[in-house]
Amino acid sequence: MVEGLKKTPTGIRGFDFIADGGLPQGRTVLVAGSAGSGKTVFATQFLAAGVQVEGENGVFVTFEEHPKDLRRNMVSFGWDIPTLEAEGKWAFVDASPEPAQEVEIVGDYDFGALLARIEHAARSVSAKRIVLDSIGCVFSHFPNVSRVRYELFRIASALREMDLTAVLTAERTEEYGDIARYGVEEFVADSVVILRNVLEDEKRRRTIEILKLRGTTHRKGEYPFTVIPYEGIIVIPLSAIELKQRSANVRVTSGNPDLDRMCGGGLFRDSIILISGATGTGKTLMVTHFVSGAAASGERCLLLAYEESREQLGRNAIGWGVDFDALEKQGKLKVVCEYPESASLEDHVIHIKEQIDSFKPTRVAIDSVSALERISTIRGFREFVLAVTSFIKHKEITGLFTATTPTLTGGSSVTETHISSITDTIILLRYVELYGEMRRGVTVLKMRGSPHEKEIRELSIDHTGMHIGAPFRNVAGILAGNPVQIAVAEMERLDQLFTSVGS
Amino acid sequence: MSKYTLKLYIAGRTARTEQAISTLRQICEEELGRAYELAVIDILERPQLAENEKILATPTLVKELPPPLRRVVGDLSNRERLLVGLDLAVSDSPKLESGD
Repeated sequence: MVEGLKKTPTGIRGFDFIADGGLPQGRTVLVAGSAGSGKTVFATQFLAAGVQVEGENGVFVTFEEHPKDLRRNMVSFGWDIPTLEAEGKWAFVDASPEPAQEVEIVGDYDFGALLARIEHAARSVSAKRIVLDSIGCVFSHFPNVSRVRYELFRIASALREMDLTAVLTAERTEEYGDIARYGVEEFVADSVVILRNVLEDEKRRRTIEILKLRGTTHRKGEYPFTVIPYEGIIVIPLSAIELKQRSANVRVTSGNPDLDRMCGGGLFRDSIILISGATGTGKTLMVTHFVSGAAASGERCLLLAYEESREQLGRNAIGWGVDFDALEKQGKLKVVCEYPESASLEDHVIHIKEQIDSFKPTRVAIDSVSALERISTIRGFREFVLAVTSFIKHKEITGLFTATTPTLTGGSSVTETHISSITDTIILLRYVELYGEMRRGVTVLKMRGSPHEKEIRELSIDHTGMHIGAPFRNVAGILAGNPVQIAVAEMERLDQLFTSVGS
Repeated sequence: MSKYTLKLYIAGRTARTEQAISTLRQICEEELGRAYELAVIDILERPQLAENEKILATPTLVKELPPPLRRVVGDLSNRERLLVGLDLAVSDSPKLESGD
């Protein structure tokens, strides 16, 4: 039996997951991307993580940036290249252009010198990994394209001889088109990874796609990734997350007995609840109840707020009889307030995961997800919600999201449309205009795995919080946004109609 | 005429490098007489030297003296262009004609 290809974990977070374990060992991978798509960061991280995580030394062959610049630029990612060099774990082969020098080409040549230098460097640090960044630049140094192609092919086969796992980067001119310039993919790479930096609705979105990984399996399609300080590239394997969460029948309180009753006895512990309503219908109040209910039953809640400041939230809560400061002191609550615009959605995902990992809450509330929607594209937003929900479900955490509807009465929002199928429970808060007065209504629209009330009940708010009253019995069309009163006589007639049919 | 200091970097002894060496010696004898020094450096034996000098392709001829520093890449099979690369084509004539 032929032995399968072994894989080398790259050490890049999330990438090894979509690559089903890593890159094929001893093979060459072409990493192609347009300008600013993160090729050099990927390549550098491949080497740095190789040394720091996998204990594999590396050689960096640079055709573009001077080693001096690379050393300085990569410090912000926490990669201390000079130290690694001093420890004999990292070597540069400097093939960056010398602008001051004129080079005359007279007759035929080969890249014997470059190859000798690469072999020398690889030997000197006992390298297992190598990076060539970026090979497109070689073509601009030397005019004879077919000669350069042949020589690169020779170098690539020499790398295989040396059993080095190699990452070659190459430029692309457009996000969706040829794999790389000069057709380099045809002769140098067993495997191709594409980095994209797409402009969509005036927003930049980074994705990574493994196009092929010869001889082994990998996940298909584009996955978003982000580049953050002290980490480098983190791939977010969204749709690859398996739906293997256990569902518990354990119920937890929403913090309001009336609402628990409407939900058939409380919320499920590992479920996602979406609260949708127009501004001022009581979404943040419901979050506050959720927090205090958690604290009262000895649970810890993480509150991620994207609309209001910490002070505002605290003041509101006090107005409803809940003291956030005291809860935070007891370690039962952590409030994290952030501007949605302060980071990209991908960065928010990473940040939320870090917060959950460090605080270890049993409940997470996000107020509101609609605020995050406005900084992203629809697709990016859906991926964000998927990533967060699957992560918190995996941890058996109760998640409460709020979404703001754009119209005061009735209506739905883009947010709901995109995430309602992911959520287990949807609670609607709606304004109801009756006799020239604005009142609030609440109803449980859906609740997976449990019976629940179908009525729309009146909701009132006072200094102790929210109270749920009687159903709107003689009003129709609340959810459609135009409530109509139905005469009492008509109601009775309808009731009788149904009883007579039923009996 | 000032003395020429030339270094020729090669990767192993191949037909191409032998050809480059003999062409270069012949031209130097004809054009410079004894006023030159030529060192042939085999990169396979001394890779660190190639690293320091950032040599990519072989053969590479480096003219260190007289200034300016010049590099000529290739097997030097084109005599005219080699002379231009070494600034020898203009040694007896005004600079202006060198571009022709």
